[in-house]
Amino acid sequence: MELLFFYIFAAGIVGASLLMVTRANVIHAALSLVLAFLFMAGLFVLAGAEFLAGVQILVYAGGIMVLYLFSIMLMNVGVSIRLRQWHRQSVLALAAALLLAAEIWMVLGRGGYPEARRWPWKLGETPGNVEALGQVLYTKFLFPFEVASMLLLAAMIGAIVLAKRRITR
Amino acid sequence: MIPLTHFLALGAILFLIGAAGVLMRRNAIMILLSIELMLNSVNVTFVGFARQWADLTGQVFAIFIIAVAACEAAVGLAILISLNRDRQMVNVDEINLLKW
Repeated sequence: MELLFFYIFAAGIVGASLLMVTRANVIHAALSLVLAFLFMAGLFVLAGAEFLAGVQILVYAGGIMVLYLFSIMLMNVGVSIRLRQWHRQSVLALAAALLLAAEIWMVLGRGGYPEARRWPWKLGETPGNVEALGQVLYTKFLFPFEVASMLLLAAMIGAIVLAKRRITR
Repeated sequence: MIPLTHFLALGAILFLIGAAGVLMRRNAIMILLSIELMLNSVNVTFVGFARQWADLTGQVFAIFIIAVAACEAAVGLAILISLNRDRQMVNVDEINLLKW
């Protein structure tokens, strides 16, 4: 049963991503990516990462992708739909991607993975995934957490400065 | 019980789709979207390992990856907006100021 749902979600993610990469219209591509992220949230619930599934929907599908869609609407992308979509180097690029595929296949095929363990909690129990994640995030990973917040602040200021300034020729 | 190799294979497939998108597309927004897909494929791998070991470190790393992806999206889109406004460029092979 678990495996069946894994295959359903995996097929959805791969299909939506393939749709994303091949669309000429950027808005269609962004919406296909939202679909892939929603399937991915389902996969995260299946893997016992309930908080991450919520973050995936709230931050990714709801925040980052809306930012993308707004930026696309600020730009003049209507012209680019009728242009050539693929690079002149795309055959070479496809060969490089296939080479990367072979490399990943070799690394993953070596095996030697650890034995599976069970989560110490079940879905809906009180010290569940969210509590445990908060516990570990604010104790063991406090410093990386603060660094991430500084990074977000720097990116926010940088984005405002970059988008506001006009380039003088 | 889903085997770990399924998560790893799915992550690898998504990473390759994203990498092919980054290398092959001309539109700069499409390249940013493909980078988002690559970051998410790594999240799938991390969550798969976290499940295998029953250890939350993988999920914490996935949260950090989402934070980095948000930064990347904000800065990348700001660069694209200023390029689009000042030089009317969307395709990456037109951006050749540093090329001679």
